[in-house]
Amino acid sequence: MSGLEQLYQQIILDHSKHPHGVGLEAGDETSHQRNPVCGDEITLALRWDATGERVTGIAWEGSGCSISQASASLLSTLAKESTDDGWSWTPDEFTALIHEFREALRSRGTIPLDEETFGDAAALSGVSKFVARVKCAMLAWVAAEDLLQRRA
Amino acid sequence: MTDVLPAAPSTAAPLSAGEIDAVRQRFPILSREVNGHPLTYLDTAATAQKPDVVIEAESAFYRESNAAVHRGAHTLAGEATELYEDARLTVAAFLGVDEHEIVFTSHATEALNLVAYALGTASIGRGAGAAAAEFALGPGDEIVVTELEHHANLIPWQELAARTGATLRFIPVHDHGGLDLDAAASIISERTRVLAITHVSNVTGAVTPLDVLVPLARAAGALVVLDACQSAPHLPLRPRELDVDIAVFSGHNLYGPPGNGVLYGRAALLDALPPFLYGGSMITTVTMEKAEYLPSPQRFEPGTPRIAQAIGLAAAIRFVQEVRMERIAATEHVLGERLLAGLSTVPDVRVLGAGSPEPRVALASIVVDGVHAHDAGQVLDEVGIAARVGHHCAQPLHRRFGVTASLRLSAGLYTTEAELDRAVEAVASIRPFFGLSEGEQS
Ligand SMILES: Cc1ncc(COP(=O)(O)O)c(C=O)c1O
Repeated sequence: MSGLEQLYQQIILDHSKHPHGVGLEAGDETSHQRNPVCGDEITLALRWDATGERVTGIAWEGSGCSISQASASLLSTLAKESTDDGWSWTPDEFTALIHEFREALRSRGTIPLDEETFGDAAALSGVSKFVARVKCAMLAWVAAEDLLQRRA
Repeated sequence: MTDVLPAAPSTAAPLSAGEIDAVRQRFPILSREVNGHPLTYLDTAATAQKPDVVIEAESAFYRESNAAVHRGAHTLAGEATELYEDARLTVAAFLGVDEHEIVFTSHATEALNLVAYALGTASIGRGAGAAAAEFALGPGDEIVVTELEHHANLIPWQELAARTGATLRFIPVHDHGGLDLDAAASIISERTRVLAITHVSNVTGAVTPLDVLVPLARAAGALVVLDACQSAPHLPLRPRELDVDIAVFSGHNLYGPPGNGVLYGRAALLDALPPFLYGGSMITTVTMEKAEYLPSPQRFEPGTPRIAQAIGLAAAIRFVQEVRMERIAATEHVLGERLLAGLSTVPDVRVLGAGSPEPRVALASIVVDGVHAHDAGQVLDEVGIAARVGHHCAQPLHRRFGVTASLRLSAGLYTTEAELDRAVEAVASIRPFFGLSEGEQS
């Protein structure tokens, strides 16, 4: 695979063309993140269970490059899949996951994303070799982190 | 130092392929590879690559003559001061103006801020008495810019308007990307005190019709401030012939080092304007209560200046003078036509401002249908082509074109036709890479 093909794996292209989890509701508490370099924008909300202790889903809207949009879509898919499996994140677990994601993306290709943990989002591993694109991939995750911190 | 071109003819003919090759030999970075491909540097508008003479002039200064300027009596201080002032002479001769009309700043951005702040200071009654009062702005006065300005020639004026109560207005662009000159004729009025415009757009590459706009400003009695960042490296620049009061550019765009900017100001204007930054090296007498200031340019150059950078810029200017700006302009004109012709053959690619009637430099910002500029730029980088993605510090203009970002290809005096052809070919491969067939919307 060429470097470019590693970056733009089919899963990423599919998610950027047909993103999942798009659609915010009036009254959502949202975090708006921007990448001023290329104008990527993501507005994201967390869905909580009835107790308000576990994140059960992620909704978002945005525009920008395929990496930023696919990353938001993959994050939302990851949340949905774990909920469908009967499992959801506590804020601490979700925060740890975001840290792990960030560490891998900043590793310049030395730490791959674990497929067990990240599912299809592991396809974003290729981004870590493209320093200028890490910010694009992080955008949705930073929005989620911002909302978690506001709750803490 | 060997001559740039063996037998530099005095024509204004475009450089031959052999001459471009000789020029390229002088830019060490052009021999490197990126991602296994020879570097194709098409981001000169962001910053130009540096010829060997610039790299050597800067390092020779540190090796042989480093000292503070204007501040000491020892031998090195004298040498450093002489080299720094020689650099000013070189810049002045390059622009056809007097040396005390040249102020060195950190970059064009600082130069534009200097003018805006000095006018703001004059507006609160500071400065050299009646001469400065003439520049005071207040409610009812207007500052005019255009819709295609770089943020550096927009935000300082927004802030000046906010500080003084003056109104900021802008000359809009047509859908085709050219300036609306009919609108300009009514926007520029007797209320206009400052007209601040770019000489060449860093997004469309179009040359501003100064022959239309400057007379309007003159008739209104307005100051004319010219942002020459994207013209100085590509066209002969003669501020007096253009009849502007101020012209600014950054050294790094003109094959010189970053960290150095040039402000040309008409002598009478510079002597009347109050300073911008205050401190050492700009004063005659200081008491605990107040200070008196040196004449221009020293009054605008407080602090220890960017000495090696000014010397590097002078080396860059001597380099382009040897090639001759007329020939650089002619060469890049041919390149620009070839770039536009090539891009026009690629389906589903739009060149921003391509329909404007103005002449242009060899620069094109494109939008590839269905592919974000950042993704498009990645495909070019993969084959060693350096191009700029983003809004190029011109968000209002991108908004006007209905996009948030574009991919910009910009040439320099080392750019070859073959490089542009490669770039066009790479642009044509972008949509297929992302699985989009001709005409298909994503
Ligand atoms: C038209 C224009 N104006 C102003 C600037 C600002 O220059 P600098 O960032 O060097 O201050 C640039 C930058 O390239 C430019 O293209």
